[in-house]
Amino acid sequence: MGMWIFLYSELILFGGLFLLYAVYSNRYPREFSMAAKNLSQLPGALNTVVLLTSSLFMVLSTIGVRSDSRRDALLYLGGTIICALIFLVIKGFEWHAKYEHGLIPNSATMLEKPKGEMIFFSLYFILTGLHSIHVLIGIFLLSLMAWWIHRGKLSKENYVYLENSGLYWHFVDLIWIYIFPLFYVVVP
Amino acid sequence: MTETRTSNDPKVSAVLFPFSVGIWLFLLALTGLTLLNSLFNLGRLNIWIALSISTCKAGLVAIFFMHLKDEPPFIQYVFLLSLALVAIFVGFTFFDVWYR
Repeated sequence: MGMWIFLYSELILFGGLFLLYAVYSNRYPREFSMAAKNLSQLPGALNTVVLLTSSLFMVLSTIGVRSDSRRDALLYLGGTIICALIFLVIKGFEWHAKYEHGLIPNSATMLEKPKGEMIFFSLYFILTGLHSIHVLIGIFLLSLMAWWIHRGKLSKENYVYLENSGLYWHFVDLIWIYIFPLFYVVVP
Repeated sequence: MTETRTSNDPKVSAVLFPFSVGIWLFLLALTGLTLLNSLFNLGRLNIWIALSISTCKAGLVAIFFMHLKDEPPFIQYVFLLSLALVAIFVGFTFFDVWYR
């Protein structure tokens, strides 16, 4: 219950940022379109697949605990954590490429760009940055869960913590499901 | 509210496992559809198609992976309420932006 209320508050937090995107993309459609051409679809699409897979592993891990198989639970939870790490590595490469091209807020290249493109990149960094912080927190949380499963603290009778961590993790996936098309795929 | 659920027998896992994999495959297919959509230039329609696909994906994740379908009605209502709130924010902001 508490977890759900927390997720509602998260929804409003990200909702506000998506709102900014909606308003500015409406005001600067051409600039948004130009700026989005600097983002490559491949890392975005790869990360979508990675996160969806991590969500599946999360579900399978919960099934593992529920059917009293500690080995399965740990194996799949490990899979989730590895996917999360892969996500961050891909994101890191992507940010690095932006940095190389001087496409970071307040750089000389950025300051020469039209205002709409600057806003696009600011939103890109705020949203993907905030999302990656969530991924990072998720990695810590899920590692803790793995430790608890290993120690036998989580079991078939008591797996609420794992379930709630799963809810959080799926939510992180859910946010990415919206970030991906808005920044990487379609900007008319 | 997860405490109230009592479906721990192996038979349930045997059903849930392939079902979850099926949902995952469907989610991947929808991601492919999002990319396919970007190949055609339909103007403003592209963004609406992409957002609709995303909403389908988000719905699948929430209903099946987060098992919203098994949660008590209160949780479901509040979830719908927060979605409605975000929709109202966005909707009214657009009224403001378009007709200022």
